[in-house]
Amino acid sequence: MNCTKCKTKAVIDLPRHNAAFCKGCFNGFVHDQVARAIKSEWMFGKDERILVAVSGGKDSLALWNILLTLGYRADGLYVDLGIGAYSEQSHTKVTKFAEAVAASHGATLHLHTVEQEAGAGIKELAQLIHRPTCSTCGTIKRYQFNRVAIEQQYDVMATGHNLDDEAARLLGNVLHWQEEYLDKQGPSLPASVAGFAKKVKPLYRLSERELAAYAVLNRIDYIVEECPMAKGSKMLQYKEVLNRLETESPGTKQTFYWGFLEKQKKKQPTATTMTEKDRAVLHPCASCSQPTTAEVCSYCKMMARAKTVIPR
Amino acid sequence: MQVQLSHPARTVEVKGPKKVKDLLRELNLVVEAHLVIKGDDLVTEDEMLYDGDQIEIRPVISGG
Repeated sequence: MNCTKCKTKAVIDLPRHNAAFCKGCFNGFVHDQVARAIKSEWMFGKDERILVAVSGGKDSLALWNILLTLGYRADGLYVDLGIGAYSEQSHTKVTKFAEAVAASHGATLHLHTVEQEAGAGIKELAQLIHRPTCSTCGTIKRYQFNRVAIEQQYDVMATGHNLDDEAARLLGNVLHWQEEYLDKQGPSLPASVAGFAKKVKPLYRLSERELAAYAVLNRIDYIVEECPMAKGSKMLQYKEVLNRLETESPGTKQTFYWGFLEKQKKKQPTATTMTEKDRAVLHPCASCSQPTTAEVCSYCKMMARAKTVIPR
Repeated sequence: MQVQLSHPARTVEVKGPKKVKDLLRELNLVVEAHLVIKGDDLVTEDEMLYDGDQIEIRPVISGG
């Protein structure tokens, strides 16, 4: 199979685009998809400071690499969740990337360690406060990414969510008719109230397979192992179903998610509506001042509970 | 050929020659959820694999 563009030997075929690419043309394709996402969704400009949430996985490290290659001012934030050998390995991957690649672009890496603040790693913490691990993890990561973005005065926070992540999440929301979540499924969420950073997903036009290929081709050393806490998760089940459909009918995932985005855009001016809705229900947490719908935010409640059950 | 798989990590022996897409079908693996790496190089679905090749089939799906 030859490259659709330059006719040399291809290294990856992309059935959904009816194309195949060599390494050089594939990198061009990936960079072009991210540049289109940034421009079409008004994510950020070359002068703005971006905080990339990095986990050591293929998506977030690929995102950091792509943004730096495209000339953006992007620093990283790694949250050490304290999941034994998995966290040790992912931390090492992130640190190595930061030293070997990001530093040469003048970018830095921030670090937050869950155990230092909570007194326990994520698995133990979730057990002690009687909450599901993935939900505890999500609350902590969302809080810490937003905190660092605000405190360090970044203009925008970027995550490595890809087309598969968004299509699977959309499928989950539709299957359970969680219509209230659909407004927040766009790839660019505004800083709707003081204390909330703008959040963007520049990889929403690229599939997981394409991002893994980008990481392999560009020798980005990422953690291949799945998070041990994610085994059997609903998201993985939705992704499996979507990938079976995609293999039989290429383009299914992009038609599903991009089609949803088009419908949302036609329906209403999302940014304004979301900002209005957020301003109506959010106010500063009595403990930390981050926006919340309750008197005390879920993160502060979780930390207060941790203090009562974890000996220091 | 030696084929390295993940989740869980294991190695299986598969008789060549065989195209990448046929190898994936034989192992009941979905194309969209995997990359096939021969030595250090990514290969496309129509690539022919032979006895003696070192193959890694890498899953690409993460929890999200």
